[in-house]
Amino acid sequence: MALRIIGCGNLDRGDDAAGLLVARRLRALGLETLGVEIIEQSGESFSLMNCWTGPEHDILVDATVPTGTPGHVRVWDARADTLPEDGFPSSTHAFGVREAVELARAMKCLPQSLVIYGIEANQFSLGAPLSPEVERAVASLADQLMEWVSDSLLQTPRRPSRGAHYTLCPPRRTRNSYRPRASDRTMVAT
Amino acid sequence: MSKEQIRTIKVDTLARVEGEGALYVKLKGDQVQDVKLKIYEPPRFFEAFLRGRHFSELPDLVARICGICPIAYQMSAVHAIECALGVEIDPAVRLLRRLFYCGEWIESHALHVYMLHAPDFLGYPDAIAMARDHREIVEQGLRLKKTGNRIVALMGGREIHPVSAAVGGFYKVPTRIALNDLVDDLKWGLDASLATTRWVAGFDSPDFEQDYEFVSLSHPEEYPFNEGRIVSDRGLDIDASQYEENFTEYHVQHSNALHSTLRGRGSYMVGPMARFNLNFAKLPEIAQQAARDCGLRAPCRNPFRSIVVRAIELVFACHEALRVIREYQPPPAPRAQTVARASTGQAATEAPRGLLYHRYSLDQGGLVDSAKIVPPTSQNQKRIEEDLWHFVSQIATRPAQEITWKCEQAVRNYDPCISCATHFLRLHLERE
Repeated sequence: MALRIIGCGNLDRGDDAAGLLVARRLRALGLETLGVEIIEQSGESFSLMNCWTGPEHDILVDATVPTGTPGHVRVWDARADTLPEDGFPSSTHAFGVREAVELARAMKCLPQSLVIYGIEANQFSLGAPLSPEVERAVASLADQLMEWVSDSLLQTPRRPSRGAHYTLCPPRRTRNSYRPRASDRTMVAT
Repeated sequence: MSKEQIRTIKVDTLARVEGEGALYVKLKGDQVQDVKLKIYEPPRFFEAFLRGRHFSELPDLVARICGICPIAYQMSAVHAIECALGVEIDPAVRLLRRLFYCGEWIESHALHVYMLHAPDFLGYPDAIAMARDHREIVEQGLRLKKTGNRIVALMGGREIHPVSAAVGGFYKVPTRIALNDLVDDLKWGLDASLATTRWVAGFDSPDFEQDYEFVSLSHPEEYPFNEGRIVSDRGLDIDASQYEENFTEYHVQHSNALHSTLRGRGSYMVGPMARFNLNFAKLPEIAQQAARDCGLRAPCRNPFRSIVVRAIELVFACHEALRVIREYQPPPAPRAQTVARASTGQAATEAPRGLLYHRYSLDQGGLVDSAKIVPPTSQNQKRIEEDLWHFVSQIATRPAQEITWKCEQAVRNYDPCISCATHFLRLHLERE
């Protein structure tokens, strides 16, 4: 099974860096040595859609727009769920993650599975550092993804999560699918 | 509805344009009382923070002004600095710069024609809805855009904010083998562009001809990209160094982007329609014939036909890219030597959206003393408002929702890049 993790965002726009930093932390944790491809993207639609040319299993991580709960992590099964219109940062210069998913859905070229993790941002200020809540969420989500993916690939039983508390269960996964259950929509890293 | 009733139509965030703005239209009965293209995106002060930077840094810095047309900013900057420093570029570098610009025109025009403007003509709210019914068309548009992206990535080192352009040439020039890898995509692109012209030529356009003054570059032998005099259809014929003597910028309260006018003459139009009307004879025969087959004649004065003109320019850009690749021989050196001196240089090149003017004054050490950048959307702002003033008069009796839709479509005729100019749009229609 080809598994790919795509971190999206902009390192120079405050919490918009969250997706990229999750990708970098997973790389530092050695996930690539298990054969998982990790790539970084701006989140621009057409570059993302160019990735989705084969029957891959993708996990995409991006920042979501602030709604008052910074660091809150939401999960969507992009093949089953329509992404919220105002959920992801939108650039006036380009189509973003939501447009990529919905356009790919309309054109029937979504990957075989695509799970999207959205880390709620606090701010997208130019040159600003990560907000503390988002920084904790980045570390927590990366550690969880490392654990879930490596457990799945190595077929070992999942250990209880450490350093993170979830108000709802993280996505259920099987060897061939990372699709979350409908009841697994949200989790909060603390 | 009373004739004297005030109607206000507002689009709080105009979609499918680059940048943040709003549109306000006030009607008294069926008479237009006011039109404002409100650009509220905050200014970015690029001209100010370029001061004190070395000229060699400018191509990379100005590329950050726009994610859609970074090459235009790089090209106007390098030509202005080369003018200041008296640098002569190698003919092969000149060819490569044309190829670089072809890539930007292909990706920008394909994005606008297929993803931003076509949904207006076909009655869809956006490209996603259009893709559900016209999957193959959208696939064609995306592949065309990707063809442009490939050129930009090869020439510039990456697709977005390319880094290879330098004063005097490039930091690295491509090999013939690398260029030849683009040929199959470009041949496909040329056929797809011709198909695009036939597709968009069939779109219904309102009967709306305006009395524009068209302004673009004009070169004696070529359809313009990087070089030429600044000309208009009303007798303007100047060097880029005379730009500021002939054009003026001024601030209006409702816009963070300066308005431009021709001194003593008023508004004017830059962009594909201006280029097409002033340079039709310089288009290759295949593009001229495609225009004739679409029923497009120069001068075209209906801005709603600009989508057809962009498709013709797609044909031109693919054809020109193939010509450049055929004729290219690598230069002896990727770039000419440059020596700093106190000097001033100006240049204008043709961004996808129209004329882009840069001026830089350098000190003895090559640091920027002052900079001036006049983007095409800034130049077209006043003309967009005037178009809307006349267009809303034609459709004032229609329901507000239809007026709103049509006004947004009219704004998108210009493919405005508001972020460049101040760098989306809200329509506010008020009836009195």
